[in-house]
Amino acid sequence: MTHTVLVTGVSRHIGARVASVLAADPDIGRVIGVDTVPPPSLSRDGGVPLGRTEFVRVDLRSPDIAQVIAAADIDTVVHMSLVSAPPRSGGRALMKEHNVIGTMQLLGACQRSATVRRVVVRSTTAVYGSSPRDPAVFTEDAEPGEPPTHGYAKDASEVEGYVRGFARRRRDVSVTTLRFANFMGPGVDSPLTRYFSQPLLPTVFGFDPRLQFVHEDDAVEVLRRTAMEDHPGTFNVAGDGVLLLSQCVRRAGLLSLPIPSPAFRLIGDLARGAGMMDFSPEQLRLMCHGRVVDTARLVQALGWKPKFSTSAAFEDFLHSRGMDGGLPAAMVDALSHMVTR
Amino acid sequence: MASAHEESRNGFHGGSHDAQVIPIDRGRSSRGAGGFADFDGALDPEDDRRLAELLAFVRRRIAGEYEVDEFGFDAELTDKVLLEIMRPLYRHWFRAETVDVENVPGESGALVVANHSGTIPLDALMLQVALHDDHPDRRALRLLGADLVYQLPLLGHLARKTGHTLACREDADRLLRKGELVGVFPEGFKGVGKPFSERYKLQRFGRGGFVASAIRAGVPIVPCAIVGAEEIYPKIGDLRFLARALGLPYLPITPLFPWFGLLGLVPLPSKWLIGFGEPIRTDEYDPSDADDPMLVFNLTDQVREVIQQQLNELRLRRGHAFPPFL
Repeated sequence: MTHTVLVTGVSRHIGARVASVLAADPDIGRVIGVDTVPPPSLSRDGGVPLGRTEFVRVDLRSPDIAQVIAAADIDTVVHMSLVSAPPRSGGRALMKEHNVIGTMQLLGACQRSATVRRVVVRSTTAVYGSSPRDPAVFTEDAEPGEPPTHGYAKDASEVEGYVRGFARRRRDVSVTTLRFANFMGPGVDSPLTRYFSQPLLPTVFGFDPRLQFVHEDDAVEVLRRTAMEDHPGTFNVAGDGVLLLSQCVRRAGLLSLPIPSPAFRLIGDLARGAGMMDFSPEQLRLMCHGRVVDTARLVQALGWKPKFSTSAAFEDFLHSRGMDGGLPAAMVDALSHMVTR
Repeated sequence: MASAHEESRNGFHGGSHDAQVIPIDRGRSSRGAGGFADFDGALDPEDDRRLAELLAFVRRRIAGEYEVDEFGFDAELTDKVLLEIMRPLYRHWFRAETVDVENVPGESGALVVANHSGTIPLDALMLQVALHDDHPDRRALRLLGADLVYQLPLLGHLARKTGHTLACREDADRLLRKGELVGVFPEGFKGVGKPFSERYKLQRFGRGGFVASAIRAGVPIVPCAIVGAEEIYPKIGDLRFLARALGLPYLPITPLFPWFGLLGLVPLPSKWLIGFGEPIRTDEYDPSDADDPMLVFNLTDQVREVIQQQLNELRLRRGHAFPPFL
C-alpha cells in the first residue's frame, strides 16, 4: 500500500527536511506539504530540496485544510507547524492563533476524514515547565510542578490537550505525540541557537541549568519512523546525556555575563521590546532550572537510539558555525607548553 | 542513559585516585615552585607529573570537556575541588572517624538514613566526605535535599554539581535503580534546626517516603548515626520574626552568632564519630508492598529506633564533645 502523507510547517527547516526524506521514500506515493508561506528558495535562502513534495499554500487557521485532506486521500498527517517564537510581524497573538487554532482546524479536518490512519504531532519538552520543585528527570507521565502559563510552552500544552481529545474520539487512528528537546544542528534557527551565536552570553547569576539537545538529523529520523509505522503514545525525544549551560559556554569558547535574575528578566523584556531577540519568561526559567527528560520509552518503542548525544549535537552546531572552543583552551595549552616543555 | 552513567562513575573513580595523589593545594603550590624550579633548570620528575596533571585538569575545566550526569553531578569538580575544601574540616577540625563503614555496600544501590543536626547542615557534607574517603570503594553519596535549596542562587546548582538532588519519589527511585548510594535525612529541618537542649533526640521521621523508595528498588537501608554535629553551632535561641521575614525555616542564636558576626559562623571543633549500622534488607518484600502504609510505618519506626540506639552508643563511646579540653 502506498501512503499519501501531509506535512504541515513545511516551509521551516525541520518540516522541509522531513518532507524531503519522506518524498525520497519509494513506499510513499505522494507527499503534500502545506504552510502559510512558500518554502524559501533553494539558492538564495538556503532552503532544503523538497524532492517531489507538492506544496500547497494553506493558512492552517482556515478550514481550507479540510479540502486538502479530502481531495488527496491523505492517510498520514505529520503536524510540524508549531512556531516557537512570535513572527516579526504579528506578535504573540498571531503565534498563538497559528499554533492552537491551526492545530484545532487540522485535527477537526482529520476527525472528519475517512482516510486518515496516522497522526504525528510535534510537541516540546517545554510542556514540563521548569521549576525547583520538579524531579531532575521527566518521564512522559510526569505532571509538571508548575504547568507552563506563557508562550510556546502553553501553546504546546494546549495543542497536546486537543490531540488527546482527538485520540479519544478517533480510537482507530494511531496518534503519536513527540516531545522534542531543543533542536540543535547546523541548519537550526531557534531562540537557543541565536542565543549561542552571540559573542557575550547573559546568564542568570547563581544558576547553571542542565540542558538537553536533539540533533536535527535525529529529529528528522524520529519523525520519519513515526510517520511510517504506528507508535501510538507520547514520547520524549532528546540526545543522551546533558550539558550544563556553563559547559556549553566553555565548549563554545564564549564569555558569559552573569546577571541577577530580576535584571535578567528586565533586560529580556527590553530586548524583546526592541525586537532584537525573543526572551520569554519560559526561557528565563529554563535558564535558571534547566530541564532533562527520560527517553527510554522512545528507544524501546522504536528499537533505535538517537545517533547524536546532547554534547555531540552541540559540537556539530559549534563546528558548523566555526566556533570550536578556541582562545581560553589555547592559552592553557600555550602555558602548559611553556612550563613543562 | 546507562552508558553515560557508567562513564561518569568510571570518571569518578579515576578522579578519586588522582585526588589522593595530588590534593589541589599541593598541586597549586607545585605550580608556583615548579615554575621557578623550571627556570632554574631543576625540576623533580614527580613535580613535573603533578604539574602536567594540574594543567590537564585546568584545561578540561576551561574547555568544558568533562561529564556531568543527568542530575547535574560533576564528579571531577566534587572530588578535586569541593571535597578537597571539606577534607581539612573533616580530618583536622572535627577529627572525624567512621565506625563500621563496611556496612555500606561497595557496588550496589543502598539507602543511607542518618540523623540530621547542627543548625547548618555540615553533617551532610561530612557524611559525603566520610563515604568517599573512608569507604574502601570510595562511594559517591547522592543526597536528597529540600526544595528550598534549589530555589536559591549558587546553593542550588552547587548542590546539583556535588551530586545532590531534590527529595522526591522520582529522583530517589531513579538513583536507586541506577545502583547509586543515596543519602537521606528524614528529620529534615526539624532535625537540623532543633535547639541544643534536644540534642541527640531523633525528631519525627517525615512520611516514610524513603522506606517506600527502598522497598520499590529492593535495596538495603543502612542506618547511620552522626555524633558531633550537634555541638558545632549550639542553637540556644531562634530569631523567628526575622527568619519568617527572610523566608528561612529558622535563624539561630548560638553562643557565637550573631554576637561575633562572621566569626560566629566558625563551627565549634567538636569530635565527630560517624557510625553505620547493619543494613536492613528490603528485598524480601514485593515492590508493591511500598503501597502498604502499615508496613512502611513499621519499617520507618524500626529504622528510627536503630538510629537512636546507635546514637546513644556512639555518644557514650565518644565521651566528651571537645577533647582534650572538655
